[in-house]
Amino acid sequence: MTNHWVDIKNADLILIMGGNAAEAHTCGFKWVQEAKHGRRAKLVVVDPRFTRSAAVADYYAPIRAGTDIAFLAGVINYLLEHDKLQHEYVKAYTNAAFLIDPGYGFEDGLFTGYNAEKRSYDKATWRYQMGEDGFAMVDETLQDPNCVFQLMKKHFARYDADTVSSITGTPKDAFLKVCEMIAECAAPDRVMTILYALGWTQHSVGSQNIRTMAMIQLLLGNMGMAGGGINALRGHANVQGVTDMCPFTANLPGYLSAPTERDVDVQTYVSSRTPKAIRPNQMNFPQNFPKWWVSLMKAWYGDAATADNGWAYDWLPKPDGAYDVLAMFERMHQGRMNGFFCQGFNPLASVAHKGKVSAALSKLKYLVVIDPLATDTSEFWKNHGEFNDVDPRQIQTEVFRLPAELFAEHDGTFTNSGRVIQWHWKAADGPGETRGDLEIIAQLYTRLKAMYAKDGGALPDPVLNLTWPYRQPTKPSSDEVLREINGRALRDLTDANGNVLVKAGDQLAGFAQLRDDGSTACGNWIYSGCYSQAGNLTQRRDNADPSGLGQTLNWGFAWPANRRIIYNRASCDPSGKPWDAKRTLLRWTGTAWAGNDIPDMRPNAAPEENVGPFIMTQEGVARLFAPGMAEGPFPEHYEPFETPLGKNPMHPDKPQVTSNPAARVYKGDMELFGKADEFPYVATTYRLVEHFHFWSKYSKINAILQPEHFVEISEELAAEKGIRKGDMVKVRSNRGYLKAVAVVTKRIPVLTVDGRKVHTVGIPLHYGFKGETKPGFITNTLTPFVGDANSQTPEYKAFLVNIEKA
Amino acid sequence: MALQSLDIARRSATTTEAPQVRNTTEVAKLIDVSACIGCKACQAACMEWNDIRPEVGNNVGIYDNPQDLDDKTWTLMRFSEVEENGKLEWLIRKDGCMHCADPGCLKACPSPGAIIQYSNGIVDFHQENCIGCGYCVTGCPFNVPRISKADSKAYKCSLCSDRVAVGQAPACAKACPTGAIKFGAKEDMVHYAQSRITDLKERGYQNAGLYDPQGVGGTHVVYVLQHADKPSLYAGLPADPQISPLVSLWKGVAKPLAMVALGATALGSLFHYVMKGPNEVSKELEEEMEKEDAK
Repeated sequence: MTNHWVDIKNADLILIMGGNAAEAHTCGFKWVQEAKHGRRAKLVVVDPRFTRSAAVADYYAPIRAGTDIAFLAGVINYLLEHDKLQHEYVKAYTNAAFLIDPGYGFEDGLFTGYNAEKRSYDKATWRYQMGEDGFAMVDETLQDPNCVFQLMKKHFARYDADTVSSITGTPKDAFLKVCEMIAECAAPDRVMTILYALGWTQHSVGSQNIRTMAMIQLLLGNMGMAGGGINALRGHANVQGVTDMCPFTANLPGYLSAPTERDVDVQTYVSSRTPKAIRPNQMNFPQNFPKWWVSLMKAWYGDAATADNGWAYDWLPKPDGAYDVLAMFERMHQGRMNGFFCQGFNPLASVAHKGKVSAALSKLKYLVVIDPLATDTSEFWKNHGEFNDVDPRQIQTEVFRLPAELFAEHDGTFTNSGRVIQWHWKAADGPGETRGDLEIIAQLYTRLKAMYAKDGGALPDPVLNLTWPYRQPTKPSSDEVLREINGRALRDLTDANGNVLVKAGDQLAGFAQLRDDGSTACGNWIYSGCYSQAGNLTQRRDNADPSGLGQTLNWGFAWPANRRIIYNRASCDPSGKPWDAKRTLLRWTGTAWAGNDIPDMRPNAAPEENVGPFIMTQEGVARLFAPGMAEGPFPEHYEPFETPLGKNPMHPDKPQVTSNPAARVYKGDMELFGKADEFPYVATTYRLVEHFHFWSKYSKINAILQPEHFVEISEELAAEKGIRKGDMVKVRSNRGYLKAVAVVTKRIPVLTVDGRKVHTVGIPLHYGFKGETKPGFITNTLTPFVGDANSQTPEYKAFLVNIEKA
Repeated sequence: MALQSLDIARRSATTTEAPQVRNTTEVAKLIDVSACIGCKACQAACMEWNDIRPEVGNNVGIYDNPQDLDDKTWTLMRFSEVEENGKLEWLIRKDGCMHCADPGCLKACPSPGAIIQYSNGIVDFHQENCIGCGYCVTGCPFNVPRISKADSKAYKCSLCSDRVAVGQAPACAKACPTGAIKFGAKEDMVHYAQSRITDLKERGYQNAGLYDPQGVGGTHVVYVLQHADKPSLYAGLPADPQISPLVSLWKGVAKPLAMVALGATALGSLFHYVMKGPNEVSKELEEEMEKEDAK
């Protein structure tokens, strides 16, 4: 979330799309109710199903799964056509005025620079025109045909209401009604928030779904505002923390880009990640990359990381390609990965295409499952009848189960969706032989280190030199680890005059104190400040809120810098006055930025200096035109890889752009995509409020509340197929089948798409062959093995199936 | 539930005077159906606080689980898909004891002290005094009490009288994540309900209103309904619940004979229990009751 949970109460309009907050984020949803009851806010839900969020919404609009970009692009077109923009904001805080290379173009669904063989783009023309002064050129009048604003207008003009309705299946009047409600929020004193989750990320165009919405929020001037922002509701209590610490190989902690094989030495690596400002006076905050990265290396390798050895750069892994979840299972499936540690992860159930995952796990030499539960994955080799029909004799994988404690069985932190890091205290001992995750990893490390010390090895240095300063080396405490993450001074830090700012050994007050000369260590720069000399600030529980806006600055610690709403400089006009006085987060006092939040701005940056509020970009402004995206600088509608139409209605004669042309597809998977003649129905998978992923099926009470796997279909499809409610049905995709109970409901809309009828089959995902719930099939038996072109998140939300009475 | 620091205003089949010294406030649980998302946290909290676990059932093609109230299910979300004014609505009502001001169950109960009403309005079953006759089932206009197959005693929501007695809200109200369940003085709840009704009317629900049916003297569980003119949309909530005339007759006209009838009924129940074992109230038993009433 750019904003935070409590802040939802400050919204005038709440849009839930690409998510189902009432069911999947029930506790946070209270702030939606607070906005509705407290300030008469309106709630709009756009979803392929009439969800429990829709049940309490003021307005519901149906949509075909996988067509959100078409819908949102239509909203952009509506805003531009009806001139419903916050003009001053768009001009001052976005790249609307920037001039783009005249070589840039878009034709027949492809942007310039496409390479069909590699399924990727050469982005050479997706760039600004640069002046001789080294800065990007702009046209403040927004009239230049090559300025972003004009290019954007042209790009989205194709998404008129009729086209949108025909692609999405949303009735035209419903689409226009939603447009009208959104457009009202172009006024500076009306703010919309958007709550989304996996309903947007889990598509082959997931990142662009979110980006299209971000563009809308920029056009309306809602970024940085209390009650506004782009708000990803995270699934697990600590999945934000997991992301921040970066278990993904493409990143190091704190979203620092990790080295690859192309980064041949430390200079290449650091310089290519240290950008230069491309507009005058901009903060260009990522220019501090060397301070963050060197401090990370000092936290990891201590005295062994020196200027002379490039801060131990050579010891960092340089992956030979992608290691996202699909890539890992692809490697495993090809027999190129033979050991797998699975910590708090149930991939047999949660990764797309269970058949492939099962085959991949069967090729491993060993699988280690570190989990509080005996997961489905830990028994992937065991025959559970039709639900997991494998032959254990054919599987040689050795499986180790290491029972782990649950979060309530040790101290630690949670980082919630609003980036607030909160300490939690141990409530009970874990049962039996369980151990905390820290201890399990520490036990493993100390043993590996001893083996390397004794026997040597190809490259012992990264293991032998790792900093391991814990009082009990085999049992580090969460307190020690959080202190390490926060960072400390390794020697006295002095200012230019030699005055000591931070004494050697002291905890740092924040990332502003980090240095690139090896004098500071910090395990994750964005968390710096959470455990300063003032103590463990994540333990704070002061809910005082002088602002009345829910800005409880002394509750826990929010990254970065305890800032609760990021981009909050944009809540003021260029002169430093809040756009809406009732939502004052900050104001320019004449000498400094101050108010109800930590300024997302250099505190003494006077408005006249024109320092842009989007300090993480080189431009200082937000990008309506975003060359960083894999499939294009503007969003375009592409069909899901399994489409009921068999073509992209935006480009019906161009099969190359039916689906995302830049999405990675592995050999063998393209052939497994189902076609509409055999699998005519759109399927989408989702969570239910009664369950939490694949955990709560082990809990008796949750099992009582929602005991058995089911699928949802419309009354019309049920009648067509002779299915009655409560019947057992068989649902097939081109990758497998499952059987579940039919729930026949008015809540699954029948849509008219491209002149024909499209039915949806809704499939909850919580069930499996282990647990207290009735034994069932794993939903991801059906889902396709293809992901978003940027994040590689699998396309769980839109694929094709057929259904019949079992 | 028994033995707690609440004054008892009424006690089944008992004529002793109720205590009058303490001032007690009438309480109410307000269920704002328009704010309920059907998350079933109230069901989970009820099971946990009261240590009851029904069987893990099956999905029978609906979201309601368990499918009905039973001795181990004291509250239940009932889901109704309706089309009103051309618009689909998914109405989700938390079902359970309404804690009537004029409780049909208590009036019908022949066993002294098996059903009591506290001065704060909560109607509670004291199972140690229950003879399993099932008259409370007949007496209830909301079809709430259930006779257990395990011990032949009647069970239902106690409005967490044990929690309320020590100043706590019922478990369901405490667990509700969206504020759809609120608990407090009935006066305050009615007042809060008015603000919700105003809000709903502004959002186009012209017939929004409070469900506090006067046929049973009002209730201590009240609903805010989007369509208060059509309570039956909400999984058959009765529009004008009344205590069965049988019970009124039994308690009213036949009052002078009540004690005689009581003895006979108790005997009849015992006879029934011995002959047939524990059971839900049967047609036979109802006829028996009618016979007694006619005396």
